Amino acid sequence: MKQFMTAAAVTLTAATFATGAWAQAKTDVRIMWYSDGVEGQVIRELAGRFNQANPDINIVIDEIAFPALVQTLPVQLASGQGPDIARVVDLPGLAPHFLDLRPLVKDPAYWDANFGAFLPVMRPAGSNAITGYMTQVTVTGPFINKTLFEQAKVPLPGPKATWDEWAAAVKKVADATKTPIPLAIDRSGHRVAGPMISYGAKWFGADGRPAVTDEGFRKMAKRLVDWHNDGTMSKSLWGSVSGRTYRGANEEFNNGQVVMYMSGSWQIGQFATQIKDAFDWVAVPTPCGDVTCSPMPGGAGLVAIKYTKNPQQVARVMDYLASEPVLREFYERTLFLPAHKGIAEKGLNFRTDVQHVKDALSTFAAQVPTISPDAFRINSYPLQTQVFGAVITRLGQAVAGELPLEQAYARIDEDIANALKEAGR
Amino acid sequence: MHLLLAPVRWLMHLIGVPLGWVQRTFGMGGMAAVFLAPNLLVFSVFIVFPIGVNVWYSFTGGAALFPAGRVFVGTEQYDLLLACDSYLDPFSCRQDRFWKGVHNTAFFVVAQVAAMVAAALITALVLNREIRGRGFWRAVFFFPVLLSPVVVGLMWKWILLRDGALNALLVSLGYQRIEFLTDPQWAMFWVIFVSVWAHLGFYALILLAGLQAIPHDVYEAAKMDGTPAMRVFWRITLPLLWPTMLVVLVLASIRAVQVFDDAYVLTGGGPGTATFFIVQYIYETGFAGAARNLGLAAAASMLMALVLVVLTLAQLGITAWRDRQEGKR
Repeated sequence: MKQFMTAAAVTLTAATFATGAWAQAKTDVRIMWYSDGVEGQVIRELAGRFNQANPDINIVIDEIAFPALVQTLPVQLASGQGPDIARVVDLPGLAPHFLDLRPLVKDPAYWDANFGAFLPVMRPAGSNAITGYMTQVTVTGPFINKTLFEQAKVPLPGPKATWDEWAAAVKKVADATKTPIPLAIDRSGHRVAGPMISYGAKWFGADGRPAVTDEGFRKMAKRLVDWHNDGTMSKSLWGSVSGRTYRGANEEFNNGQVVMYMSGSWQIGQFATQIKDAFDWVAVPTPCGDVTCSPMPGGAGLVAIKYTKNPQQVARVMDYLASEPVLREFYERTLFLPAHKGIAEKGLNFRTDVQHVKDALSTFAAQVPTISPDAFRINSYPLQTQVFGAVITRLGQAVAGELPLEQAYARIDEDIANALKEAGR
Repeated sequence: MHLLLAPVRWLMHLIGVPLGWVQRTFGMGGMAAVFLAPNLLVFSVFIVFPIGVNVWYSFTGGAALFPAGRVFVGTEQYDLLLACDSYLDPFSCRQDRFWKGVHNTAFFVVAQVAAMVAAALITALVLNREIRGRGFWRAVFFFPVLLSPVVVGLMWKWILLRDGALNALLVSLGYQRIEFLTDPQWAMFWVIFVSVWAHLGFYALILLAGLQAIPHDVYEAAKMDGTPAMRVFWRITLPLLWPTMLVVLVLASIRAVQVFDDAYVLTGGGPGTATFFIVQYIYETGFAGAARNLGLAAAASMLMALVLVVLTLAQLGITAWRDRQEGKR
């Protein structure tokens, strides 16, 4: 009996040590992730496949809400902490914290060839670093509830229709169908930047510094306030909160309470799964201003963080996730516009049977060539969030009726000047 | 019995060994300091040190997170916050949103504290009577105190939204919808109402304890004299409850100055800046979004701390006065 007990104890100890050694050999690679639609589920499945094929690495997806990511990640990075990899929207602003994968990835030429157009936005100015890839390219643009147009017997404005023509049409539809919100625009500087550029806003002065409240900006800002005053837009978005708080109208659109919703291509996946056949919705070309008809580019990038303790393993994970078959599956299942040149050229077979989802993707893809250079410029500006923050804060006050537009313009310029001064110390 | 106590005695003797060493080393006077040391250490690390860091940050600028990387700017942040043509007009100030927060907070403190004390007093008076199910009603009024402010904010938001429960009720009764959260006056009203609803139970409990401490024989004497109920309230209950009410007044004022969480969830500070309070200014300036101005946020929090220090000193003074009054009785 004693011998048996000794043997059992030895076996148990050996097994414990063996398990411990195996567990210790497994390196965790943590990815901080947020989701607009179904991409969280897709990335988990892709990560699971990698984990099965690579017993020495364990990808852990830490999915958090987008506002939480926006608030916590910059603080973590500023203190030299953070995940190994993160899905980031403010790419120019956080670029100094990204890891250069060029010496670590298997084939840097593959990265340059397929992600080259987007890499400059994702790295510190003046470097040739490979820091990650875009999980999606986004284009802002409006969606309309086509069923409401049909019920109201109002014809859809044409492809080159102006914002004024669209505003008049959606108001007519809302009045006829008793829909509470004729036009909704996300409470976001990024979302109004495109329409402002369409009216001639340049965002920068001749000296290259932000000069925001020019004539083009003011034309659209005035429309924004007027539309709230005449009932074309509901104050429940721009007028209901304070400061730079983001508010979207996706839930209201899903519930059939909005005739036209100015948001962007990232909403397609969510609309496809949530609206189903409740009503017909379509993406329409970006309405025009006096000067052009520009949407805003955007997107989210998956980037390696330079404070990781496991750069080699991070590079292997990035190589896997950025590989063509994996990325193709990711784009096809999430219904995201691809940022991989090779995949974009070969085309995608988006995994949906819904015709208007396919139509919406085509509409947004067709908008890419119409993006103004001014839109690309403000989108890649490192202090973009400060500029957009001032715009939302002050225009929100103007919409709420507590600040005349002229004062709002002066405050926007002053807020941006203060932010630039603080950032430049 | 003697044998049973032996282990306890041995244990006491064991504890006495280190204590004896402490007493010999630090003396009798030093014993208190040794006992207080752990608490003082925690207090220093989590209270005194952060206050010191905050003071330093309020004199610095720049985007760096750590003190070493920040640029000393003297009183620049305070100058920016205090630059106003007229302190009565927030929009004449360079940091207009800070002063809008100050104005809103001042209004909120006056209105909410007045409403809170009145409602808590009425509730305490009712709960102090011999009513059926008194224990149940006390629990009902105290229950909201146990809820998280975020839950309170979200729950009332769903009630007050354009398509919320209250508007559904109004429409079903044939009335028009009311924009409770996008109309500035309504929004402030509901922020005050929800705050009173959420904290009423706590203050009512304190007042209830004060009411129960009033000697019963005073009421019996008044009853024998045939004194009317209102006269009893004004001449007996209120004067004897006054010290407790002062404590409630000061505690509610301190809590009201710190208003943020439930109001932020309910209205987000809007519409415009109609329900935008000082703490939200500090939060948005220092922490929300990518554009962080830690120096300005630290300076604003120092100014707010001054107000809280005044209120806390008032509370300590009132408590000491009440103790003296009770000592005289």
